[in-house]
Amino acid sequence: MTVASGEPVLECSGIRKSFGDHAAVKGVGFSIAHGETYGLLGPNGAGKTTTISMISGLLEPDAGEIRLAGEPMTPDSTHTKRLVGLVPQDLAIYPDLDATENLEFFGRLQGMKGAELDRRVAEVLEIIELTDRAGDRTEQYSGGMKRRLNIGVGLLHRPTLLILDEPTVGVDPQSRNAILDSVERLGEEGMAVLYTTHYMEEAERLCDRIGIVDQGELIAEGTQADLVRIVGQRDRLTLTATGSLAATAAALGELEVVDDAGVAGDEIVLIVDQAHDHLPRILEMAARTGSMVKSVDVDSADLESVFLKLTGRALRE
Amino acid sequence: MGAAWTIARKDLKQRLRDRSAYIIGIVAPLGLALVFGFVLNPLSGFEFEGRYAVVDLDRGPVSQIFIENVLGAAERIEVIEVGTVAEAEALVDTEVSPLGGTEGTETADAAIIFPAGFSADVQSERPVAIQVIGNQGSETEAGIAVAMVEGYASELTSVRVAVATVENLVGAEVDRLATGVAVLQTPNPVTVLDDTASTKQLDGVTFYAAGMAIFFLFFTVQSGITGLLEEQRAGTMARLLSSPISRTSVLGGKMLSAFLVGLVSMAVLFVATTFAVDADWGPPLGVALLVLAAIVAAIGIVSIIAGFARSGEQATAIGSMIGMVLGFLGGTFFDVSQAGGLLASLRFVSPHGWFMQGLADLRSDDLTVVVVPVLAMLGFGVITGAIGVSRLRKGLRP
Ligand SMILES: Nc1ncnc2c1ncn2[C@@H]1O[C@H](COP(=O)(O)OP(=O)(O)OP(=O)(O)O)[C@@H](O)[C@H]1O
Ligand SMILES: [Mg+2]
Repeated sequence: MTVASGEPVLECSGIRKSFGDHAAVKGVGFSIAHGETYGLLGPNGAGKTTTISMISGLLEPDAGEIRLAGEPMTPDSTHTKRLVGLVPQDLAIYPDLDATENLEFFGRLQGMKGAELDRRVAEVLEIIELTDRAGDRTEQYSGGMKRRLNIGVGLLHRPTLLILDEPTVGVDPQSRNAILDSVERLGEEGMAVLYTTHYMEEAERLCDRIGIVDQGELIAEGTQADLVRIVGQRDRLTLTATGSLAATAAALGELEVVDDAGVAGDEIVLIVDQAHDHLPRILEMAARTGSMVKSVDVDSADLESVFLKLTGRALRE
Repeated sequence: MGAAWTIARKDLKQRLRDRSAYIIGIVAPLGLALVFGFVLNPLSGFEFEGRYAVVDLDRGPVSQIFIENVLGAAERIEVIEVGTVAEAEALVDTEVSPLGGTEGTETADAAIIFPAGFSADVQSERPVAIQVIGNQGSETEAGIAVAMVEGYASELTSVRVAVATVENLVGAEVDRLATGVAVLQTPNPVTVLDDTASTKQLDGVTFYAAGMAIFFLFFTVQSGITGLLEEQRAGTMARLLSSPISRTSVLGGKMLSAFLVGLVSMAVLFVATTFAVDADWGPPLGVALLVLAAIVAAIGIVSIIAGFARSGEQATAIGSMIGMVLGFLGGTFFDVSQAGGLLASLRFVSPHGWFMQGLADLRSDDLTVVVVPVLAMLGFGVITGAIGVSRLRKGLRP
C-alpha cells in the first residue's frame, strides 16, 4: 500500500445528484491519496457512474464539494480538468478514425502537440498493445481492442488521477487480464487511480482501498482486510441450485447459524459461522424448501460476503 | 479558438471519409442540376435527345403536369403516349427482336408509367410510385428519365410537406389537390425563359443549379451541426466535456466545420455548374457574399432546431422537414416569384427565397443589390443562431 503524502489527489464530500425526483447519489464522500488505487464497488445502478461524472466535471453536483489536488472541480473548471484522465464506461472513440488519429485528437485537446504528442502517442500504443493496428479504423477492431484504446486515450496526457469506469465490462477473459495487468502497473508506477466495478475479484486484486456503494450511498470503506472484518470469522457458503431459490434463501436466513442469505443468478449465497459443521442441516433445509443443490462451495469471507452482510442482497444481479 | 479548430479539423477528416457527405453536399445537387441543365440547355454541347413512352393510367392532374410541364418543356424530348403498360414495355425492349424483324420498329429510351389513382394517392398522402423502365440500349437517356422522375417526386414531397405545414399554421383544412396543382402549375422556369438580361430572372439552367445548391446546402450544414448529437451517441461527448476546453469551443468547432463543409460544397457546385452547363450565377463577389450569408442562415436555423430537439434523430427529422418547407417556399424547385400572390410573398420568410432573389437581382451587375438579401439572411442566421447556441451550450451533456 502506498502511503499518502501531502494533499490528497481527490477529496470529495457530501456530493449529491438527483435526476428528477430520483436521487442517484445521496451524499458520497471519500478521498484518494497520491499513488493510491481506490475502488468503488457496487451493483448496477448504485450511482458509480454518476459519482465519477461529477468528479470529472461532466455533471454539476446538486450539493457537496469536489477538489482535485486542492482545486475545485465544476463543469467550468477547465484548468482542473487537466488533472483527470477519464475512461468512460461506454466506449468513447471515433469509429471512422484510426487509433493514432483518436489519440492525437484527444491529446491536442489536452494541449499536447508536436514531437511530445507523437512520442507519447507511440508510447501509449505500446502500452495498450495496438502498435500493429494503429493505422486501422477503429470500427474494424475487436471489442477488446476498442476497450484498450478507450483506456489509452485516458492515459495519454499522464493525468494525476486516472478514472476508469467498469473498463472490463463485456470483454473476453484474455483482454480483461491484459487490462487488469496494465491498471496494476500504472498503480505501481505511482498514478492515482479511481476504479469502479461490480466485480469484487477486480476490486480485491487492484485496489488499495475500496468503497462499497449501494443505492447512492457509500455504505462501507477501507482496505479489503478492514472490510472483511465487518463480517468477522464467518464463511461464505455458495449453493449452486435449481428450483425455488428465493424461498430456500428466505428459509435458510431464518436459521440461527446463518447470518445472511441472498440469491445471485443460480446461486444462493450464505454467510455462515463454521459452515462445515452445519452443512448437512443446510442441505436438508434446501431440499425441503424446493431447491435441488448441484454443488457447494465454502470460502472464507470476502467482499461479496461484506456486501451481503451490509445490504442483505447479493452483489451480482 | 485552438480547441475549436482542432475539433473542426477532426470533423472535416471524418466528413472526407463519409460517403453520404459527398452525396448530400455535391453528388445529389450537382447531379440534379446537371440533368436539368443538359436537358434544358441545348447550348451545353451535350447532344441529348430522348424518346420516352408515357403510360398515363391516372389521367389525373398530377400526372398531366409532369407530362405537359416537365417533359413537354424540354425541347429535345419526344413523348410517345401509349395506352397500356404492355405497349410501353414493347417499346423499350430491344432484346426481343420479332421474327422476320420489321425494319424501323418504333423504340423508346425509357417508359414512364403513372399508375391508376396516382393523383388521388398524392392528395390523400398515400405512398405513391412512378415506375420507370429503361431501355438497356440507352442508359444515359434512361438515366435522365429516372432523374427527372425523381426530381418531380421530391417536388411532390416538398409540396405535400409545405401544404401540411400551412394547414397546421392556419389551423384549417386546405384543398390539398387544388393547392398542390396550383403550385405545380406555376410556370416552370424554362417556359418563361427570356434571354434579355434586364428581366432580372434566372435562366432555367442557372435557376436549377442555384436552387439545388441552396436546397442541399441546408442538409449539408445540418449534418455538421447534428454531429454534436452524434458525439453524444458515440460517447465521445463525455471525452470532449472532460477535456480542459470550454463548451464554447466544442460548439464553435462544430459550427466551424459545418461552415467549411458548406463553403466547399457551394464552391464545387458553383464551379462545376458554371463550366459544365454554362450556369451563370453572376459576378463572383456578389455570389460569394450571398453564399456566405446563406451558410450563416443555414447554421443558425439548424442550431435552433438542434437546440430544441431531444435527440439526433428528432433533430434530423424536424430539420429535414423544415429544410424542405423553406426550400419549397423559397422557390428552389419552382420559380415562385412568378407565381404571384401569397406564394410570391411567402418566399421571403425563407432564406432560400432571399438567396434566389439575390441571385436574380445580380443580373443587373450592380453589386449593391445584394445588400438587402445578405442582411436578411444574416438576420435569419444571427437570430436563430443566438437562441440555438445558448440552448445548445446549456444542453451539452455527455
Ligand atoms: N441521465 C440520467 N437521467 C436519469 N436517471 C439517471 C441518469 N443517469 C443515471 N441515472 C439513474 O441514476 C442511478 C445511478 O446510475 P449510475 O449510472 O450512476 O449507476 P452505476 O452504478 O454506474 O451502474 P452500472 O453498474 O449499471 O453502470 C440509476 O438508477 C440510473 O437509472
Ligand atoms: Mg455505471
